[in-house]
Amino acid sequence: MIRASKKEKCTFHFHNTTVNIFVGLFLSVVFSNHTAKSKKTLAKPGVKNIVLVDGVRTPFLQSGTIYADLMPHDLARAALQGLLNRTGLPKDAVDYIVYGTVIQEVKTSNVAREAALGAGFSDKTPAHTVTMACISSNQAMTTAVGLIAAGQCDAVVAGGVEFMSDVPIRHSRRMRKTMLSLNKAKTLGARLSLLGSIRLAHLAPELPAVAEFSTAETMGHSADRLAAAFGVSRLEQDEFALRSHTLAKKAQDSGLLSDVISFKVPGKDIVSKDNGIRPSTMEQMAKLKPAFIKPHGTVTAANSSFLTDGASAVLIMSEEKALAMGYKPKAYLRDFVYVSQDPKDQLLLGPTYATPKVLEKSGLTLNDIDVFEFHEAFAGQIMANLKAMESDWFAQTYMGRKTKVGAPPMEKFNSWGGSLSLGHPFAATGCRLVTTVAHRLQKEGGQYGLVAACAAGGQGHAMVIEAYPQ
Amino acid sequence: IYEVKDNVAVVRINDPTSKVNTLSRHMQAEMVEVMNEIWGNAAVKSAVLISRKPGCFIAGADIKYHTHTHSLTSLSQEGQKIFDQVEKSPIPIVAAINGSCLGGGLEFAIACQYRIATKSKKTILGTPEVMLGLLPGAGGTQRLPKMVGLPAAFDMMLTGRNIRPDKAKKMGLVHQLVDPLGPGLKSPEERTIEYLEEVAVDFAKGLAGKKVTMEKKKGLVQKIQDFVMGLPPVRKQIYKTVHSKVMKQSKGLYPAPLKIIECVQTGIEKGNAAGYLTESQNFGKLAMTSESRALIGLYHGQVTCKKNHFGKPERDVKKLAVLGAGLMGAGIAQVTIDKGVATILKDTTEEGLARGHQQVYKGLNDKTKKKSLTTFERDGIMSLLSGQLDYRDFENADMVIEAVFEDLSIKHKVVKEVEAVIPPHCIFATNTSALPIKDIAAASKRPEKVIGMHYFSPVDKMQLLEIITTNKTSKDTTASAVAVGLKQGKVIIVVGDGPGFYTTRCLAPMLAEAVRALQEGVGPKKLDSLTTGFGFPVGAATLADEVGIDVAAHVAEDLGKAFGTRFGGGNVEVLKMMVQKGFKGRKSGKGCYVYGAKSKEKKVNSGAEDILKSFKLTAPPAVSADEDIQYRLVSRFVNEAVLCLQEGILPDPVQGDIGAVFGLGFPPCLGGPFRFVDSHGADKLVQKMKRFEEAYGNQFTPCQLLLDHAKDSSKRFHK
Repeated sequence: MIRASKKEKCTFHFHNTTVNIFVGLFLSVVFSNHTAKSKKTLAKPGVKNIVLVDGVRTPFLQSGTIYADLMPHDLARAALQGLLNRTGLPKDAVDYIVYGTVIQEVKTSNVAREAALGAGFSDKTPAHTVTMACISSNQAMTTAVGLIAAGQCDAVVAGGVEFMSDVPIRHSRRMRKTMLSLNKAKTLGARLSLLGSIRLAHLAPELPAVAEFSTAETMGHSADRLAAAFGVSRLEQDEFALRSHTLAKKAQDSGLLSDVISFKVPGKDIVSKDNGIRPSTMEQMAKLKPAFIKPHGTVTAANSSFLTDGASAVLIMSEEKALAMGYKPKAYLRDFVYVSQDPKDQLLLGPTYATPKVLEKSGLTLNDIDVFEFHEAFAGQIMANLKAMESDWFAQTYMGRKTKVGAPPMEKFNSWGGSLSLGHPFAATGCRLVTTVAHRLQKEGGQYGLVAACAAGGQGHAMVIEAYPQ
Repeated sequence: IYEVKDNVAVVRINDPTSKVNTLSRHMQAEMVEVMNEIWGNAAVKSAVLISRKPGCFIAGADIKYHTHTHSLTSLSQEGQKIFDQVEKSPIPIVAAINGSCLGGGLEFAIACQYRIATKSKKTILGTPEVMLGLLPGAGGTQRLPKMVGLPAAFDMMLTGRNIRPDKAKKMGLVHQLVDPLGPGLKSPEERTIEYLEEVAVDFAKGLAGKKVTMEKKKGLVQKIQDFVMGLPPVRKQIYKTVHSKVMKQSKGLYPAPLKIIECVQTGIEKGNAAGYLTESQNFGKLAMTSESRALIGLYHGQVTCKKNHFGKPERDVKKLAVLGAGLMGAGIAQVTIDKGVATILKDTTEEGLARGHQQVYKGLNDKTKKKSLTTFERDGIMSLLSGQLDYRDFENADMVIEAVFEDLSIKHKVVKEVEAVIPPHCIFATNTSALPIKDIAAASKRPEKVIGMHYFSPVDKMQLLEIITTNKTSKDTTASAVAVGLKQGKVIIVVGDGPGFYTTRCLAPMLAEAVRALQEGVGPKKLDSLTTGFGFPVGAATLADEVGIDVAAHVAEDLGKAFGTRFGGGNVEVLKMMVQKGFKGRKSGKGCYVYGAKSKEKKVNSGAEDILKSFKLTAPPAVSADEDIQYRLVSRFVNEAVLCLQEGILPDPVQGDIGAVFGLGFPPCLGGPFRFVDSHGADKLVQKMKRFEEAYGNQFTPCQLLLDHAKDSSKRFHK
């Protein structure tokens, strides 16, 4: 793969921009053979074209497996190095690095910088870290888009890392207070009295939970309620989960997951495959007990995304710069939106709110989209979103819209698997979605792709991606 | 009426004539019919009982019929019989509970084999009968102890408290909980009920197929408790302890708690048959007591006083401003913001403002500790409060409530300042406890927009709001004030203007009489026990300390001037001297009692005793027996209340009773001054007053309306 992309670079080195755009327009007309598009391209006069040059990710592994002894910046570094290798990018050509992460390792709170230093980027390249729950790397990418659109940068690396094999477990607040006071205590007597104030209960640790801080509800619990609210059955959820695993397996076996890089884990073997893809049978899945709402819930371990370690990275450039550097970009990053809603009862409905909004913004309809990549947090959450998008009542009552946007046709939807099967390292998923859309558009020959995702805090994101003319 | 789903009969309760489901005779009959049909249907293997009303399973029995039915014992027996059949049902019945499940509704539910409740905020379970002077008369006193254990059952039935779903699960009152759902393809309320039904049907199938067991797993603590409760001497001790606790708290004035204990005891010690018989007989007896009538009267009165009888105001109050961040001001702000209305809290000093702000925060934070509010809800509510020292944003206020110092000249200054900055539609309400509203309104350019809103302290705990209208107050202003009060969750009486309006005016003569009794040598403790012994929740001396001796002195002097010798009795100088010495009541640490010491026993303030000695009066022996002292206090209160009705300050006896009970702690078992006159007999009261009049003069002269009622026993304040 590395060689192939370098070859591409060589072949397209001689194209000039105008010809390329012309060819692009021409080809896009040719390519949209099955359906006529509402718009021939989303290029806007006076607005810079911003392109995805390439994207990579480490294999996504179930947490506590092969990556267990690493630190988050090790994983992020692997993704960054992988991107450099894949693109052959000179390290000093990068103007800026933005990285997303959710559960922070406190020692590397600006994980972007720590990872970049070790990945051999110039120490003159600034880096910052963003966080927005499961859409953190989406935020990293759109930050990059913003920097380029504003004319401040030409080449930005964006990405995200999540490392669930090790999470910060803290002392209790009482214990922390005592320990901090201990630093200030001047006399032995004062120290002893502070030590004496420690009670057994103060030693109980605080564990981070995948729960909303504002409502204290775990996400799985909320997903189960959401599925129930939309009348999504256990069977539908298990079927969707099975679909995700089956498609992921197929994609993996046929080598479609080309964004995955090989990673030599220090002290371990080379890892080059996701390890959470496990197509099961409906019978086996039906045996599982509900994981959150007991005993009558419908969300189980098998129809939820699992705790995952992984990192991803993408190279985003202005089109001129990419072409000037001899790249053949994979896709244009077009319009995007962020939405937010009630974190209690609509926690995971981000895609429902974001999809019609971003389509409207880009002047497209659902029919114009050839490739859908939605983040699968829970099978129940996806099914609920699909039902919400199919409901005029929901659109009118809760979204202030006249009609429903409609649900994506399943044959275009997450056809290479999704977070349920490939894994979901919170902050790394966004880049995977965007890169997958680009690859699928290339492979399947479509023009427009749509990424949508939900996130903790009741937020959501969607982005329209346009295929780069082949 | 019922639908069969997968061999599960789903019975959906829906009383089309009412907003809530109540166990009326009609519904009971219908239930029996449906149940018989289900039991006769071979295809039905289990059943689910659910309400179609959002927010209500069954909110208890229809309490209206108690006042009419002759044979209340047989009514109870009918209920017992139906629920007995339910309990012995050949197929398992699942009660699916969403919303209030109270009284007869709860008795129905606990007769079923399995209970599932939603965790909705509206879901509450309880046996509130005791608050109406009744007992759970359809098997409740027999089933509850077996289900939740003796101590928990007594707690529920004797306090009538509402049990939240989480607690109910822990107690073993329900088997499963279901989370309320958010928006889906239907409204959250509708879908939640559907979901509850789906889950209940699944459990019903499980029960029929023996895949789900009805038995709750008992923990070690539970097992130990069961064992201990199995020992007769332990039970005996519990009955004794509960009995003495009830006697201590109710002073024996409320018969229902004692009858509840008797029913439980009989059932456990002498078996089911005896227990059910005692329950039905006691139910019949209790329903005929004056206490039950009084409490039911209060219940209905409260319902009436939670409605706006002045129509819909032209504009909603969306922004309220409160002047003065003292105890009252901050309290008013708290109950306003926690209903989602943006509120400005203005004070003149930073210290005052900080204190008031902290009071509001603490009030809300306490709710987060009790888990009735999340910290984010608290923060969201607090964000509606704007504490400030200036009149910024008053141009957007729809209503201003002033709670500044009780001084007419200060109030006038405030009226003028405020009217210079508020928009023309803005209402000016004054929270005064005694100053006539028309005197305050005299400084206003727009007296039709001026109204009195008399809150009671502490505002977040006391339910009453007394609204005072002058003859210039417009109807829309009144409607708006009532709407705001209802939003704040208040029980509202609307009265005419005059010194002390209604509540303060009734309280003042009673306190004057209390001071006289103190001067006559009745000690504060004795005075307290005489008043609490009559049914007042707080003794007269303690009440004076709580209200503040300075406030009492102020009011006594003001009203004394307005009403003359009728408001005499005790010497105002006693109060003034106490204030001079710094004995202002609880807030200053000393009043009739000494506060602050950690010991439970309150100590009488010897300084106050010295003052009383220097104002010593000789007690006339003819009117100084314990009972006489009680009636001297009460008759002055009652006479003034009746006079308020006679003068038109009070629009009707219902509001008079509600105001006295909810605002001043008039004995709830007596139902308020007007119901008291009805049940005690106006003639008997007048006789007593005449005797007191002979000893003390015009303070005890019965008013004309009371005399009219004494003359004609067919005249009653309540039908």
